[in-house]
Amino acid sequence: MRIYVLAFMSAAISCCYSQEHAHGRLDSVQHVREVVVVSKPSGRDVVPAQRLNGEQLERLGSYSVADAMRYFSGIQIKDYGGVGGIKTINVRSMGSSHLGVYYDGVELGNAQNGQVDLGQFSLDNVEEIALYNGQKSAIFQPASDFGNAGSVYIRTKAPSFAAGKPYNLKTKVKYGSSGEVWSFSSLYEQRLSSAVSSSVSVGALTATGKYKFRYRRSNTDGTTAYDTTAVRQNGDMWAIRAEANLYGMMNGGNWMFKAYTYNSERGIPGAIVNNVWRRGERQWDHNTFFQGSLRKEFSERFSSRLTAKYAYYDTHYVNNDTTTMLIDNYYKQQEVYVSLANVYEILKGWSASVSYDFKWNKLNSDLRNFVFPRRYSHYVSVATAYDGKVVKVQGSLLGTFVKDNATNQAGRSAVSMVTPAAFVSVYPFSSPAFALRAFAKKSFRMPTFNELYYTEVGNASLKPETAIQYNLGFVLSTDSGPSWLGRLSLQADGYYNTVHDKVVAYPKGQQFRWTMLNLGRVHIAGVDVQAQADIRPARHLGLSARLQYTFQQAHDVTSPSLSYYEDQIPYIPRHSGSAIIALSYKGLDFNYSFIYVGERYSQQENIPVNHVQPWYTSDLGLTYRVRIGKVEARFAVEVNNLFSQDYDVILNYPMPKRNYAASVEITI
Amino acid sequence: MWNKAYKSVMKKAIFILMAALAVAACREDELVIPSDTQDTGGNSVGGSIVGMYVLCEGNMGTNKASVDYLDLSGNGSNVVYHRNIYPERNPTEVKELGDVGNDIKVNGNRMWMVINCSNMVVVATADSCRKVAKIDIPNCRYVTFDGAFAYVSSYVGPVEVGGTEHLGRVYKVDTASYKKVDSVTVGYQPEEMAVLGGKLYVANSGGYLLDHREKTVSVVDLASFTEEGKIEVAPNLHRLRADRHGRLWATSRGDYWTEPSRLFRLTLDAAGTSASVDTLDIPVSDLCIVGDSLYYIGVEWSYETSSNKIGHGIVDVARAEPLASSLTSAPEFSDITLPYGIIVNPEDRDFYVMDAKDYLSSGQLYHFRADGTFEWRVWTGDIPGHAAFVYK
Repeated sequence: MRIYVLAFMSAAISCCYSQEHAHGRLDSVQHVREVVVVSKPSGRDVVPAQRLNGEQLERLGSYSVADAMRYFSGIQIKDYGGVGGIKTINVRSMGSSHLGVYYDGVELGNAQNGQVDLGQFSLDNVEEIALYNGQKSAIFQPASDFGNAGSVYIRTKAPSFAAGKPYNLKTKVKYGSSGEVWSFSSLYEQRLSSAVSSSVSVGALTATGKYKFRYRRSNTDGTTAYDTTAVRQNGDMWAIRAEANLYGMMNGGNWMFKAYTYNSERGIPGAIVNNVWRRGERQWDHNTFFQGSLRKEFSERFSSRLTAKYAYYDTHYVNNDTTTMLIDNYYKQQEVYVSLANVYEILKGWSASVSYDFKWNKLNSDLRNFVFPRRYSHYVSVATAYDGKVVKVQGSLLGTFVKDNATNQAGRSAVSMVTPAAFVSVYPFSSPAFALRAFAKKSFRMPTFNELYYTEVGNASLKPETAIQYNLGFVLSTDSGPSWLGRLSLQADGYYNTVHDKVVAYPKGQQFRWTMLNLGRVHIAGVDVQAQADIRPARHLGLSARLQYTFQQAHDVTSPSLSYYEDQIPYIPRHSGSAIIALSYKGLDFNYSFIYVGERYSQQENIPVNHVQPWYTSDLGLTYRVRIGKVEARFAVEVNNLFSQDYDVILNYPMPKRNYAASVEITI
Repeated sequence: MWNKAYKSVMKKAIFILMAALAVAACREDELVIPSDTQDTGGNSVGGSIVGMYVLCEGNMGTNKASVDYLDLSGNGSNVVYHRNIYPERNPTEVKELGDVGNDIKVNGNRMWMVINCSNMVVVATADSCRKVAKIDIPNCRYVTFDGAFAYVSSYVGPVEVGGTEHLGRVYKVDTASYKKVDSVTVGYQPEEMAVLGGKLYVANSGGYLLDHREKTVSVVDLASFTEEGKIEVAPNLHRLRADRHGRLWATSRGDYWTEPSRLFRLTLDAAGTSASVDTLDIPVSDLCIVGDSLYYIGVEWSYETSSNKIGHGIVDVARAEPLASSLTSAPEFSDITLPYGIIVNPEDRDFYVMDAKDYLSSGQLYHFRADGTFEWRVWTGDIPGHAAFVYK
């Protein structure tokens, strides 16, 4: 049974092209994490995720989780440039607040703005990033996990020890020429007993944020109208991160505890506009959270998982540019989260789950007339799954009850919603190699504290924003070919999403003041395609290719009276895609990655003045791995934006030209 | 058997993916943004006004301030509207007109544009919109003229004595050399200015003050260029215009909560340093005085209906009383989402209303005849709010 499950998993995790590596390094703890969960149908995904694992992430040479997410299909990124620039992601054009981001199984909440800045999450310690459309279609999970339109699960490395060696130490230093970034990270793992192990991961980063960028325009006759190169200013930053983990096993279960802290200061470089090439905004972030989970199998049929978290986010924002309004405000967010998930196997292959989550959020600020909102959320989910040879189905219902309290305001009416989801995979040839899949899901997001309560702008009577998704696709994969042919896989999905009651800023009264209204409506039709091939043409030689393409038609259908009715919504490219080609020979790895983002518009109206050109970058990486005695060393060099394309992801936020990076990693 | 099928499907799939990536458009040379032209369908009537510039603010950070030109030079021919002419006329200007255009005035054969978030005033030829000078003034707001000098209000002045807030400042600029020759400290966040009897009056908004304690108009003696005093009017002043009777008209934005937006008439004393204030219970966003008629538009937010209430009309300047409670009964006026600027032809009294829509997309310019008949509308750049006539 377990062996079959592993085989199934490797087929299902079709995006991992170095599974051999991963499996080779599986340790007891990971076995617990992977196999126990996976061996029950309730732990298996009906529709698999897109994944990138640690090995691939290392080769891509990215700094942050957001950089890596660019290689997933269906994802759109907003990147304000530079190592400190805000990076948020959006799945299938539904808006970043509809995407849940999970760090080692617990959601990274941001009741104030909707989404955390993924640029703040380092890749140094990440074992895997997985993207699920709809939801993670395994029913044994917390209730709130059923609540998003899409979810990203970031999983950090769990300790693994070779026989007779109770500790591991890994240290990495990297320098990047763009923004003069120095980053240092270290991971220490220690086995404490046969059942308990620990790890401590620390990281530090400094950058001047200075990089060259170029703006130019041509006349219609081809002559240059203007051509100017400048250096990005006020993008300096430093950040330190520390994370400590304890992992334990017990009879029929396991537990984990994590403490995480991130402390940073950064300049906000701002938009480049005529006559303004430097700004004076700064931000300090201090984010700390503690989370723990406990999973216990009470019988062959019944398992429970208890999860808890406390988070404290402190942001201090200062604008000391004397040409604009001076600002000095703090925002302090707190979150308490508790979840109990239970699953029961009713018959062989048929299981059901019930979960309950409670979440409490609070925001304090020294903004004038601030109302200090507190939010109490309750989530209850019921789900069932059937895992057959030919058909796998899952259905879930999530009830959400949210009540806010705020000072000096009649408490806004509570929100209660029931949202369903259904997933099905069909294996018509009774083989795991080919599956048709479909899902339909309704979900919603609560308006953020800023949208509801920000002094003067917020509108406390906002309704939740709803998303409805329909998806149909297939996956084709094999790893049973001749020995030189590793795995081949192809996945394609077509989908239609609608976003209702979208929260939009609306002019209020005279002279440039705003409020928030549930006015927007968006219809999205899209296609995601991924193909992957791993080939071993000769001994020691490996070749893998991963291609991904996304089509998005995301039309604003708010009102026929608007000039942008049925226009593509801002910053959503119609076409985007990426390619990664990796070549390995003994200890040498070569990686080429290419990203394409098609033309898009910087504002609602699809008119020439709002048109933003496509951009595409090629990055090269070369890694050499060598073992000297007990020490393994890894040397890497990268060239990013090889052809030195001058581009903006967000209008007036220029991205770096060609740049270089080098790193050394030592593992003892 | 499976393998064969896979290989063929895979080959095709990879080919299709490659093809998809290949057909996806490549970058092209970034061209100077071209202007475009729309026939309004209206007829030119001759006269001394040959055109009108419309300055569109563009949203902060977008660098999309733009200037449009309405060509009224013909006599009987169709009136044509040219959108976004600045980049084409000034192709070497790095990053075009800049970020957030806040004021435009024509002075002789020069056109002055105050580009707020680009911290500069751009001077261009009035007949062809070609840049002749740039004057760096931080957070500049409005411009007005007297004799050989331009006066530019700026939010950025010295920090108040014993406090932390920045007072505002008015810069004096030589209109021949385009050099800043002097400056004077005024109240908090000064907006519009008006010249009367050798004095410059400055409406101080206090827009950055959280307690709305600024309520004054600064009086600056032009000969000595010093602030002589302050006249208390209301919180958050914005517009300030002189009428032909030697009085001042001011508007306030209110505090957006208990204090509403209002219109005020200031009757100055002989010295010009104090005034009696008449208050009209009319919210005003923009106004234009022609003869004894003060044309206004106003928008007020209703918390009850979560919608904007739009007002417009004419005030009799001599009697300080409403003359008409509407500018027009044309049904087209109700299409205006957010009236943001108004300008009246001083000769024929036909008028133009600028609709800023949702501030996030193209605006519209509406033209009405003197009797209020709707004539035409055209699309403008983002957030049209300021206009100036060009004379022969």
